[in-house]
Amino acid sequence: MSEKFVTLSDATFDEHVKSSDVPVLVDFWAEWCGPCKMISPVLEEIAQEHEGKLQIGKLNIDDNLDVTRRFDVMSIPTLILFKDGEPQLRLIGAKPKGQLIEEISAYL
Amino acid sequence: MPEARKVVIIGSGPAGLTAAIYSARAQLQPLVIEGEPSSNSDQPGGQLMLTTEVENYPGFVDGIMGPELMGVMRDQALRFGAELRTAKVSRLELASTPFSVWVGDPEADEPTVLADSLIIATGARPLMLGCPNEDRLLGYGVSTCATCDGFFFREHHIAVAGGGDSALEEAMFLTRFASKVTLVHRRDTLRASKIMQERAFKNPKIEFLWNSVITDVLGDTKVSGIRVEDTTTGKTSELPVTGLFVAIGHEPNSALLKGQIELEDNGYVKTFGRTSRTNVDGVFACGDVQDHFYRQAITSAGSGCMAAIDAEHWLEEHGE
Repeated sequence: MSEKFVTLSDATFDEHVKSSDVPVLVDFWAEWCGPCKMISPVLEEIAQEHEGKLQIGKLNIDDNLDVTRRFDVMSIPTLILFKDGEPQLRLIGAKPKGQLIEEISAYL
Repeated sequence: MPEARKVVIIGSGPAGLTAAIYSARAQLQPLVIEGEPSSNSDQPGGQLMLTTEVENYPGFVDGIMGPELMGVMRDQALRFGAELRTAKVSRLELASTPFSVWVGDPEADEPTVLADSLIIATGARPLMLGCPNEDRLLGYGVSTCATCDGFFFREHHIAVAGGGDSALEEAMFLTRFASKVTLVHRRDTLRASKIMQERAFKNPKIEFLWNSVITDVLGDTKVSGIRVEDTTTGKTSELPVTGLFVAIGHEPNSALLKGQIELEDNGYVKTFGRTSRTNVDGVFACGDVQDHFYRQAITSAGSGCMAAIDAEHWLEEHGE
């Protein structure tokens, strides 16, 4: 995985999304999820284009059930945008890049 | 200036990518407009991106994962020089040649690409039930992708709507996680193939609810049950499930083509004789957008090959 992403886990999640200076878009994903693989390169591009304004965190749901359950994730990919530790926006399912940017930009 | 292409292929499932392999090998430098990420099979790679093991694609003795199969098909198309663009076609004008193809803003003055010939391989997407709360609870217990979401229903009782091969495949896959899977089907027999039926009937975790139609999905923030109507008695009852997987069939992705090309009453593209020709000269169709009967990866790939050969011949006859 590229360094464009921050890898999050049950142990680091809270601390990270609370202390981040910029909004964190958390990608709930798994190895076995086709649509997750599809959006990963899209997220990488978005991370690059929004450097310094947005951070993208990856949370592998297989390994991190606590956070996954806490936010009632029941479908992947799910993207949740956190600002000051609070969830602001939830996007379920793979979506085109343009649409993702449009939805996120209101919070940046 | 719009770019000019000899062959433009719309869609990148088995049909589109096979057409790309053939027309690339024929030195036609095809452009494949492969679609954009989504979770309802209307995406690069097509419906197989949402499946797990494909057991019946010839050449893979031990089966192959759907996304992996599409990955190697894509690589094979790239190897021969096909160009793939991750974008969605927003508008087509097929009344005159070269055909005009818009990507992005459909109101733009100029089309994005001008195509001497066009291969339509846009596939089909899963139908939804259309009951009141289905949309609201999509992603909160309602799902169209067992492979994506099955994981979240470990030891839960869930329902699958449908009676065809895809419904049984989903139900079978879901028994890896769920404690019980109730298959809700509106008739008293299944449409699915014999081998799938046998496997499903043998599976102790699968229960069948015959002659039943789902009329609503229940739950505030996530699914807590479904309302089911018995079609023989007209009685309604509630089934306490936490998940509903919808696999009741497909509809063709042909909205772009309306008014441009002849469609069957059910929206599928009409092709003529044993060819991939449509009623518009120079426009060919392959895969699930023109086939509501076989709908297999291998038949899609086969028809993609036909479309590429038909387009190649057509271009030769109408040479520059």
